[in-house]
Amino acid sequence: MLPVALIVECRMSRFTEDFENPDDAKLLLREIKNLAHSSNKERIQFMEVCGTHTVAIFRYGIRELIPNNIRLLSGPGCPVCVTPNSSIDHFISLSELPGVVATVFGDMMRVPGSDSSLEMAKASGSDVRVVYSSLDALKIARENPDKQVVFFAVGFETTAPTIAATLLTAAREGTQNFFVLPANKLVPPAIRAVLDTEDLALDGLICPGHVSAIIGSRVYGFIPSQYGIGAVVTGFQSTDILYAICLLLRQVVEAKPRVQTQYSRLVSDDGNPAALKIMYQVFEPCDSVWRGLGPIPMSGLKLRSEFSRFDFSERFDVPIPESLEAKGCLCGEVLRGKKEPYDCALFGSACTPESPVGACMVTTEGTCQAYYRYRGRRIQGEDRV
Amino acid sequence: MCLAIPAKVIELRGDMATVDMEGIRREVNVLLVPDIKTGEYAIVHAGFAIGKLDEHEALDSLRLIRQVLGSQREGREEQEEQNEQRQAP
Amino acid sequence: MKSGLKRQRRKDSGVKGSMEKKEQRSSEFITLAHGSGGKAAHELITRFFLPYFDNPILRTLDDQGVFKIESGRLALTTDTYVVDPIFFRGGDIGKLAICGTVNDLAVCGARPVYLSAGFVLEEGFSLEKLERILSSMKEASQEAKVTIITADTKVVERGACDEIFINTSGIGIVPSGVEISSKLVEAGDAVLVSGAIGEHGTAIISEREGISFETEVASDCAPLSEMVGAILADGLRPHAMRDPTRGGLATTLNEIAMASHVEIEIEEALVPIATAVKSACNLLGFDPLYVANEGKLVAFVPEREAHDTLTIMKQNKYGKNAAVIGRVVSKGEARVYMRTRIGGRRLVDMLVGEQFPRIC
Repeated sequence: MLPVALIVECRMSRFTEDFENPDDAKLLLREIKNLAHSSNKERIQFMEVCGTHTVAIFRYGIRELIPNNIRLLSGPGCPVCVTPNSSIDHFISLSELPGVVATVFGDMMRVPGSDSSLEMAKASGSDVRVVYSSLDALKIARENPDKQVVFFAVGFETTAPTIAATLLTAAREGTQNFFVLPANKLVPPAIRAVLDTEDLALDGLICPGHVSAIIGSRVYGFIPSQYGIGAVVTGFQSTDILYAICLLLRQVVEAKPRVQTQYSRLVSDDGNPAALKIMYQVFEPCDSVWRGLGPIPMSGLKLRSEFSRFDFSERFDVPIPESLEAKGCLCGEVLRGKKEPYDCALFGSACTPESPVGACMVTTEGTCQAYYRYRGRRIQGEDRV
Repeated sequence: MCLAIPAKVIELRGDMATVDMEGIRREVNVLLVPDIKTGEYAIVHAGFAIGKLDEHEALDSLRLIRQVLGSQREGREEQEEQNEQRQAP
Repeated sequence: MKSGLKRQRRKDSGVKGSMEKKEQRSSEFITLAHGSGGKAAHELITRFFLPYFDNPILRTLDDQGVFKIESGRLALTTDTYVVDPIFFRGGDIGKLAICGTVNDLAVCGARPVYLSAGFVLEEGFSLEKLERILSSMKEASQEAKVTIITADTKVVERGACDEIFINTSGIGIVPSGVEISSKLVEAGDAVLVSGAIGEHGTAIISEREGISFETEVASDCAPLSEMVGAILADGLRPHAMRDPTRGGLATTLNEIAMASHVEIEIEEALVPIATAVKSACNLLGFDPLYVANEGKLVAFVPEREAHDTLTIMKQNKYGKNAAVIGRVVSKGEARVYMRTRIGGRRLVDMLVGEQFPRIC
């Protein structure tokens, strides 16, 4: 610990630019190269669980910089991608009801349901509004007492506490016209489902930084203890990601898998108790269906009975439409890290960001869109295995 | 799966805080970090502060990385020197 | 700093609608009569439009504006402006309507001379707001040295348009010997940008209901004709120029790459961007390369002219932060790459739809 006297007034760059230093990147890449070489392994596979990591890795161009024998797989950490057609179809049908204002995070607008999307529903006359925060949706409810405002509650443990806090606020204020469609999901059960996949050879996991700010790093203990591979919780700057790769490589070389935290400036062993308390005050775990991964027990969140009046479908009888999953779409295998986007026959032809078939292509975080946008369809001679 | 950015708390008013994010300011809710104080740094996601950023840890973390990499590079250079000396007639 | 909640456009707007009606009874506003061609329409033109756009050609109030022009090649462009909110930090829909069309002419090397302006006004639109917009258009056209020589107004029923839409068309004179087009880019060309990117888009979104935040970032809305004029007057001949508006710098680079079949590489560390714009993009999950600009010039110039072109850009008040950001690597496949800060490489593709604020 540096003596307090030596710490100059903290600037924001301490948390931002300082972790994007190109000189640090050079050192880290050299270290990665040495470790990869000394592992004597022909192929090392790490999975970045979190979609924001997938995007960051592409934005920095990291895949091109790491040695050939290291392969980074993109996991199911995109809450939008794993929201099944049935949830989306359900929310679209809610948005079509008269007097309803449907509020969503921008991520959800272009996600295809069975045959439509919220963007298309908006164009057809539904009152669909993008918000940055569930609090903005509550504000819309307050200012439009004659409307029923329903918010699409998606996201993992980073987002669920924020929605819980909004519902507590709504309860305290006695707001009568604010509702949610619960669709939040939990990360650790999904990690388990991925690790239980047959034929998947992983040497380590890059764990999500902001989910971990809430749930802590201790929860990942089952990864080394039950699956024998390492887990490093890391942030989203280049230094964070590259150092996480170093740490995982070292664990491989030393054959000592364990949980490590690179993002110690934010993530502690036990996470954020206040946030967890609020989340579990309002929500409780339930079984949930994940697009691509199928049903996973106790992997979703539903409203506790004391808060059930905020569940739109409890209050209003809305027929839930029948949903269809797209044929030929390999999103499920891609989310599990078993296949790459290039392996899907629809990638780049029938399925593009302009006309996505599967959710992996819809959002910037979706593996397929990230691959499409940042690497092109297939760059000849430059594919990294 | 979570976009969140560092922000400095400028003012606190009950559940809400005004935060500064290098050129932009916004109101965020601090129910999830009830012990945060003015002048401290938080990570902001979807209109909420979801955790506190520790500047000492940030500095330590970078210092450690540079130390480890530096010493490994030195260690490797030493090793290479020793190898050369052994090979010299 | 917010310009106010976005108006409910629906006729059944309930509580908010009735409050607006109360406000408008006490101030002047546009009625359907203003669009009917009768006395009210004439009064609108003489009391509002003419004082701001006054010039000999417009004053005839004929159905057309007749003008003489030196011989040579002309450039004609048109654009329609529907921005929301109509007033924003750094400008308004009127200023945008002038600068946008002036810039579309300037980027082919044309000297903008005359503009037309068509207005679609919503019934109930405040005359005070109209006057502010007209005043802004006057100021912008004076700076850009263009004259509005013909105009038109239509009024539509409440709800049929969002307050005000403006179309401007413009005519410019292309100097002889000047050939500037997206199709003419060559391998080896330097890529220049006249300043920091993403300011207009950031200013606009900061005022959107449900997303707003406070910032000093103002729209960079500005006329570029003087900058371009100075470049050409110096004997410099860019191969291509564009003003990257919707879709941002990345979209413009891709369009040029496709038109000329070239591979372009830019350096992340060289692209100028204000800290506040970066923060806003980080907050909302936007990529600044795709955020709109309204007063920036992108130029593809022969390598030997890069230094001089940059110097002239910097001498202009809108080009203080001009920079060389990359080069055209080769002819062949149309692609845009960016070398990242840490030495990696990423593809910079076309934008698909608009960017939505995201949480993931």
